Amino acid sequence: MIELLFLLFAAVAVGAAINVLVQKHVLYSSLSLIVLLTAISGLFVLMQAEFLAVINVIVYAGAIMVLFVFVIMLLNLPSDEDGADRLRWLKLAGIPMGLFLLFMVVRTLWNVQSAPAAPELAGTAQAIGASLFTDYLLPFELTSLLILIALMGAVVFAKKDL
Amino acid sequence: MIEYLSSREFLILFAKMITIFGGMMTALAYTTLLERRLMAFVQMRPGPNRVGPFGLLQPLADGLKFLFKEQVVPTSANVLLYYAAPVISLVPALLSFSVIPFGPDLRVADVSVGLLLIFAITSLGVYGIVLGGWASNSKYPMMGAMRSSAQMLSYELSLTLSVVGVLMIANTLSLSSLVQGQQGTWFGFLPKWNIFLQPIGFFVYVFSGVAETNRLPFDLAESEQELVAGWHTEYSGMKFAMFFLAEYANMVTVSALATIMFLGGWNGPAFGPWWLQMALPTFWFLLKIGVFLFFYILVRATIPRVRYDQLMYFGWKVLLPIALANILVTSFLVAIL
Repeated sequence: MIELLFLLFAAVAVGAAINVLVQKHVLYSSLSLIVLLTAISGLFVLMQAEFLAVINVIVYAGAIMVLFVFVIMLLNLPSDEDGADRLRWLKLAGIPMGLFLLFMVVRTLWNVQSAPAAPELAGTAQAIGASLFTDYLLPFELTSLLILIALMGAVVFAKKDL
Repeated sequence: MIEYLSSREFLILFAKMITIFGGMMTALAYTTLLERRLMAFVQMRPGPNRVGPFGLLQPLADGLKFLFKEQVVPTSANVLLYYAAPVISLVPALLSFSVIPFGPDLRVADVSVGLLLIFAITSLGVYGIVLGGWASNSKYPMMGAMRSSAQMLSYELSLTLSVVGVLMIANTLSLSSLVQGQQGTWFGFLPKWNIFLQPIGFFVYVFSGVAETNRLPFDLAESEQELVAGWHTEYSGMKFAMFFLAEYANMVTVSALATIMFLGGWNGPAFGPWWLQMALPTFWFLLKIGVFLFFYILVRATIPRVRYDQLMYFGWKVLLPIALANILVTSFLVAIL
């Protein structure tokens, strides 16, 4: 049962990821990205990381992608039929980069030891909260500070006169 | 796989799914009738009372009418997304019933992060509105979709923040543990409901809940006088009915969450023979949801719509600071006591 579900979510994730790339229209690409994020959340659930799965959907699929779709619709961007030539050198640059990425992925997978089993209940909200406020307190607080700065920066940009 | 599908465990689960899904679909259909009759009562007119005794067969007639209506698709619409949008808004709305505990045993799944799961699922429902408005390729739906997405993003913040106080007190994210934590009474008569500990959180939740479901006085997304019918102007027949059902399903979900978090869920006096003891928790739960639905409809019938800038002002400058202050005070008190 778990294997079947894994195959299902993995297939949806890979299919959606490919669809993000090949779609001409930017709105279809971002909708595929939402499907991809939801499928990855399914994979998280299969790994007993329910909290991560749910937060992934709330933050990315439910908030950030809504803004993406919102802006795309607001600007009403045309589909990317004639813009292909402009990006030719990017395509050429993409080949070595893609090969490098493939090499790194294969090397990592080759060298991987079988991962130690995660401790029981490692994916629950309690466990994540406890480790955020003990082992990872400093990075956590620094990230919050960074987000706060970004928030204030956005307000400063958006307001014409302060 | 086959073994699992024929196991007793799965059959019980399947029966629960059928019960909850069938029951909720019927309840949603009758909520539309309740809304029309109650609105009519407030406005001193009879309302739909011709189909069946007291109009009780009206939802059936409506459903048949929706099914047999002509399927109209605007010529310049994006057909794929135009058809997908009602489904995208209805499926998440119905999916959240899968984790709501209707009674001690009457629930499909007991997830350890059930509350967050519902927030995650319902946050996907906004795509139905946004895509429906965009795919219709018409100006009123577009403006409705824009308003609606901005409104839902704004009020989702205060909705989520308003429940943090309850979560800090209850120390759990699981819906059934939340209900179990509210069993018993204080001083022998006052039920141990979170509303008495978190009155401010409750009010912020109710306000944001009304806004989240696009109901009056916050239904700027479909304000009839300005936008015809907002994002579903170009929809007719069954596709319109799906948007309609999704709105009611979201109302029921918001009410059910309010009941679970603030009003003690299925807790209530249990008495009588064993079969009554079994049925009473579900009855109390549905009764509390019903109170919320009455409230929703009466608010719609009595309060005029706010202006769009007032809506944004209220969400960001009134509700959000109150919710944040509530979290601050609650965490302070939780730490001291």
